Amino acid sequence: MKWDFASVFDNTDALLAGAAGTLRLFAICLVCGLSLGLVVGLGRYARSKWLYWPATAFVEFFRNTPVLVQILWFYFALPILLPFTINPLAAAALGISLNSAAFSAEIYRGGIQSIDKGQWDGARAIGMGWGQAMRRIILPQAIKRMLPALTNRAIEIFKMSTLASAVAYVELLQQGKLIASLNFNPIEAYTAVAVIFFVFLWPLVQFTYVLERRLGRSE
Amino acid sequence: MSLLQVRGLTKRFGKTDVLRGIDLDVQPGERIAILGASGSGKSTLLRCLNFMEMPDVGTVTLDGKVIGPSGKYRESELTQVRQRVGMVFQQFNLFPHMTAVGNVMEGLRTVRRQSKAEARTRAEKELARVGLADKAETYPAHLSGGQKQRVAIARALAMDPEMLLFDEPTSALDPELVGEVLNVIRSLADEGRTMLLVTHELGFAYHVATRIIFLADGTIHEQGTPDEVLKNPRQERTRAFLASHKQFSF
Ligand SMILES: Nc1ncnc2c1ncn2[C@@H]1O[C@H](COP(=O)(O)OP(=O)(O)OP(=O)(O)O)[C@@H](O)[C@H]1O
Ligand SMILES: [Mg+2]
Repeated sequence: MKWDFASVFDNTDALLAGAAGTLRLFAICLVCGLSLGLVVGLGRYARSKWLYWPATAFVEFFRNTPVLVQILWFYFALPILLPFTINPLAAAALGISLNSAAFSAEIYRGGIQSIDKGQWDGARAIGMGWGQAMRRIILPQAIKRMLPALTNRAIEIFKMSTLASAVAYVELLQQGKLIASLNFNPIEAYTAVAVIFFVFLWPLVQFTYVLERRLGRSE
Repeated sequence: MSLLQVRGLTKRFGKTDVLRGIDLDVQPGERIAILGASGSGKSTLLRCLNFMEMPDVGTVTLDGKVIGPSGKYRESELTQVRQRVGMVFQQFNLFPHMTAVGNVMEGLRTVRRQSKAEARTRAEKELARVGLADKAETYPAHLSGGQKQRVAIARALAMDPEMLLFDEPTSALDPELVGEVLNVIRSLADEGRTMLLVTHELGFAYHVATRIIFLADGTIHEQGTPDEVLKNPRQERTRAFLASHKQFSF
């Protein structure tokens, strides 16, 4: 057989739109997922059962249900329960962000717990409250340790963005599907999509290796 | 009037009674050395005095004002108390992501909300006092144990504490670094600062403390002047403790 990438290049605009959609979804989910994850992680770390149990339920629920199911649920089921419709971007962003929050919450909690108790002592002994100690002393050290795990999360989020194609959100895979069905060139179209993902993700993965090595050395 | 008054202080962890009714009065300018075997509750006593641990029973009165009512401590009240009662730890507990001067400034900036310039001036002054003016920009990882402990002392001093608690400040140090830290503590003593010091340095305690307290079984087993307790202990257990320590010091 003969590979015909011309039929893909003819659709560069569509792929660019897809890449923009992927990046937009990625950015939203990265910010929302990792910051909500911090809140949930702090809840998991808290001694108060009013914080601990809701946070734990959240983590368990979203870790034990597939993201694809969540996205479809937010897109098709939620609008039936609530008096408004939801667009594909919102449904995908919700599903991926909540899932990422659940996974990153455990990273945050583990990172916070790994900090020596003496750091709390040092902070409290100069009169810092819980929040001040967490923000100024504990989190800066914990986040440094968590950085490789958090960048791995970011890579997962990037890849999960393809699930948004299930609700026809315009991202790379969705555009690949479209090109393939219009031009009857699935081999070339999906290969192109894979290559584009690789080009985005490869530097990110290299970055985590560098981080892991650097942090491994400085500890 | 006593600067600090402790009445009936009791603390238990699980089923072990670590402190069983401590009564203690600390006058301004007093320097009290606390001795006792490992596990006798020395650290726990110090930590109850600045509420790093919450006493189960008993009252702590600071400068005439009772802290809490027992069992109902407000966090804001406790953070105030901890600023007034500074603490220095065996393991230093410096913040590794901040320079020496950053460590000393931290309380002034975050807790006192001072401007950067103001906090820095003060922090540099405290570092100079402990002989580390030239290490201001150094991170703890690049300081010796003795230097780390001196930064930790400067960090405590920056908050203008009315009283200082030292929990075995030289126990984690190589022998050759003990002297520089003890010299700093002695200079604070010479300034007339009020301090409680848990230590195994009996010679230092003898020369610097105004009173010695020997803890055993969670109570004050014996106390008195350094001459009384270290040279002429009345209690058998104090004698045994001192005897075992002298074996190490020679
Ligand atoms: N947070 C804690 N939880 C449970 N038990 C504790 C805790 N802190 C101290 N203890 C126990 O309380 C007792 C007294 O401990 P403490 O640290 O006050 O003794 P210490 O006199 O300072 O001993 P050392 O000389 O070894 O420092 C010990 O039996 C210790 O195991
Ligand atoms: Mg101790």
